[in-house]
Amino acid sequence: MFGYALRRVLTAIPIVLITITVCFFILRLAPGGPFDGERALPPDVMKNLRAHYNLDQPLISQYFIYLGGVFRGDFGPSMVMEDFSVSRLISIGLPFTLMLGFSAFVVGTVAGMIAGAVAAVQQNKWPDYLLVAIVLIGIIIPNFLMANLVQLFFGVYLRWLPVGGYQPGSIAHLVLPVLILSLPHGGRVARLVRGSMIEVLGTNYVRTARSKGLGTRLILARHALKPALLPVVSYLGPGLSYLLTGSLVVEQVFALPGIGKYFISAALNRDYGLVLGTTILYVFIILALNLIVDVLYAWLDPKVRYR
Amino acid sequence: MAGITGKDAALTAYANALATEAPKGRSLTQDALRRLFNNKAALVSIFVLTAIVLFALVGPYFLPWAYDKIDWAGIRKPPDWAKGHYFGTDQNGRDMLARTLQGTQMSLLVAGVATFVSVVIGILYGAIAGYFGGKIDAVMMRFVDIMYALPYILFVIILVVIFGRSPVLLFVGIGCLEWLTMARIVRGQTLSIKQREFIEAAKAGGAGPFTIIFRHIVPNLTGPVVIYATLTIPEIIITESFLSYLGLGVQEPQTSLGTLISFGAPVAEALPWMLFTPAAILVTMLLCLSYLGDGLRDALDPKDR
Amino acid sequence: MANVLVVDNLDVTFALHQSEVKAVSDLDFTLAEGETLAVVGESGSGKSQAFLSIMGLLARNGKASGRAMLGDVNLIGMAPDKLDNYRGKDIAMIFQDPMTSLNPTLRVKTQLAEVLVRHQGFTAEKAHRAVIEMLERVGIPEPVKRANAYPHELSGGMRQRVMIAMALLCKPRVLIADEPTTALDVTVQAQMLDLFKNLTNDFGTALVLITHDLGVVAGVADRMMVMYGGRCIEKGPTDTLFYDPRHPYTLGLLHSTPHVAKRAKRLDPIQGLPPSLEHLPRGCAFHPRCAFRFERCFEERPPLLPVEDVREKACWYQGELKYEAVA
Repeated sequence: MFGYALRRVLTAIPIVLITITVCFFILRLAPGGPFDGERALPPDVMKNLRAHYNLDQPLISQYFIYLGGVFRGDFGPSMVMEDFSVSRLISIGLPFTLMLGFSAFVVGTVAGMIAGAVAAVQQNKWPDYLLVAIVLIGIIIPNFLMANLVQLFFGVYLRWLPVGGYQPGSIAHLVLPVLILSLPHGGRVARLVRGSMIEVLGTNYVRTARSKGLGTRLILARHALKPALLPVVSYLGPGLSYLLTGSLVVEQVFALPGIGKYFISAALNRDYGLVLGTTILYVFIILALNLIVDVLYAWLDPKVRYR
Repeated sequence: MAGITGKDAALTAYANALATEAPKGRSLTQDALRRLFNNKAALVSIFVLTAIVLFALVGPYFLPWAYDKIDWAGIRKPPDWAKGHYFGTDQNGRDMLARTLQGTQMSLLVAGVATFVSVVIGILYGAIAGYFGGKIDAVMMRFVDIMYALPYILFVIILVVIFGRSPVLLFVGIGCLEWLTMARIVRGQTLSIKQREFIEAAKAGGAGPFTIIFRHIVPNLTGPVVIYATLTIPEIIITESFLSYLGLGVQEPQTSLGTLISFGAPVAEALPWMLFTPAAILVTMLLCLSYLGDGLRDALDPKDR
Repeated sequence: MANVLVVDNLDVTFALHQSEVKAVSDLDFTLAEGETLAVVGESGSGKSQAFLSIMGLLARNGKASGRAMLGDVNLIGMAPDKLDNYRGKDIAMIFQDPMTSLNPTLRVKTQLAEVLVRHQGFTAEKAHRAVIEMLERVGIPEPVKRANAYPHELSGGMRQRVMIAMALLCKPRVLIADEPTTALDVTVQAQMLDLFKNLTNDFGTALVLITHDLGVVAGVADRMMVMYGGRCIEKGPTDTLFYDPRHPYTLGLLHSTPHVAKRAKRLDPIQGLPPSLEHLPRGCAFHPRCAFRFERCFEERPPLLPVEDVREKACWYQGELKYEAVA
């Protein structure tokens, strides 16, 4: 088990390095830059700016300077927001984004699993149909649209919840963002659990368990749940990517102080330093979480450990 | 934003089925299509989608207002049949129906071109991996696995940053990142076709690898490509509208469904028609495409029912 | 000897989209304490479904009626939670495919111990000791190590031994074994049958051996019941059925089994295919394949009637059964 986890860590390291390298060179080799404003800057100002950001050095040494910085947790300066380093912006936004993402992940996964399991046991009865309908709505309506609709409904028309923004410690400000972020995630989890639970309940080993007179509750908890969760766990990896994509939207719509907002504004302003830094960070988080998911999978399915 | 239709899971299962049930590749696809046409929800969806597409393409010629024509007398007006603004006007006095139709066209165009690009890349990549096999295959497919784990929307955004916000690059950029599943299917299909006699015959006749791939393998992929494209289009429509919504996609005066929604959302309290017109079209299309996708998935994997 | 299981008038039906299929019709039999009954038939003859219905394990669309008296309780139609007091304790079942019948995500000992914890109220520790003992009893080497293994780490024969151990943990009065050797290598099959014989003898358990392989039946079963098209068509002591079959189908089965048919010098497989339960022929279900049929067989279904004192058969033909004469 430990050896398996170690192998997975070792394969993840080159992926991070390759991502950093590819993104770095693509962004540096791209035409245009943050200083190509509408007004041309005087040549000596331009020269100073370039020197300040190490842009006058050969590309390869820029790369190693950057890489060295990344290892120390320094993602270089932001090229548009002059007084901030990328690391500083990240340290402001990251805790919020992680908190938001983690809440949505937990809410969506748990709610989805319970709903999916109930629907499977109640197959083709009303709880099942209700779930299928909610899942369809959650998955079909893109979350930027859904976010605007619930904002309009609960925030503007009903005035039950704040329209946006965030005050530390305020749960009310988080209800809608977490709902929007967890709805499609929970929907997909529920759909998967329903399908795999129905399949597992029809397997020979569940029939064996029934022949042993174990009782429905014990069969569900001990014999059916673990194998039924396998497809869900393998979905969690890609699911994290969708959550990330969703958090970009949710932070934008509800004006929340996460890194998604910096990433989008950096992309709009062509702030290469900030785009690069946030991208590396996102990739790192996704890979680290994927690693956890893989290890979890190996725990659930003993056969994987020996591959 | 991949995953809306559960495409990856369904198509990967399909690719596996193609790879294991070697010589039956074609009839597997034909069976699937036959089952699809027995599915009422899927048939209705096909009908509605066709209607939307036709209306988006032909409709503008019959409307009194062009999408970029400003009606100075009708700024921020609710739907008004007498003046020909069937779905109202926006803050600049432009007809919402005309703009929505133009936005639908743009969304469909982006989806079509990006799907085409991803199909081309996927076919090439998958056919090469499957045909040469061995180490080349292992390395190429491992790369695909890695790409699956990475959040591809980030790379789309980086591409937008680099190349600016031109729709053409948007098509190509999304297409360049959506080919992974296609590559898996084509590889599976190639592995099974490779075993068949006519490939042996072609080899014996002295045909090179690329001749075999293009003459003999690619033409056998029609079924999987059609299915893949159907499932990919809604995902690209969502990705495009997502990017446009964030301001990274299609720009004024051109428009897309995402752009329209992003302009409609902030004023939805006062001018609800600006949000609901494009939103209704988008949701209807996605709903139909999803039913169609569900129908396809059931058709591909009948034991699932 | 007293009967431990008495089955009366057992019907099993499955609801399909528009129609219903009767998988088992009007089945009667008894099972005496400690005896071994072989249930023989081709696939689709209803032999597995009959016993799954007694265990309450029919698929969702299946429904059973009639009576299956285990001692003085009727298992048919009993609520699942009540049935759970008998399943695994007084009546146990072993399934055809040991590869898929064990839960791949749980250790062997967990799957065994839970039976004792459920039915005998053992503590986890006591149950584990009993499990190791039982694994040793069914001939598993290094039982402590195997108990900690996952099913995929064991061979097919080993897994079937685990299944046997699991079924016998509570020393049930009745053990139903559904094709227990079909999925195994021939060499392992013989060992497994010996094991069944010895263990059921030791525990005084009555054994129902469901099989399509007459070779398996020969050395093991006391009595034999032949099923065709969801009905019992011949029933009696194994020896008499082997040496003197009275139903043409039983005769055909014997002639298509290699080592039994040696006496007949050649294999005579039964012509045609087993009937689909959805479209059973009128009259005797076997008549389309029967070499001895006459007019009555097309119109009337023969009832199961006694022949001599311990045998029963369902066939209109009363003459001597001789293949050579017909073939």
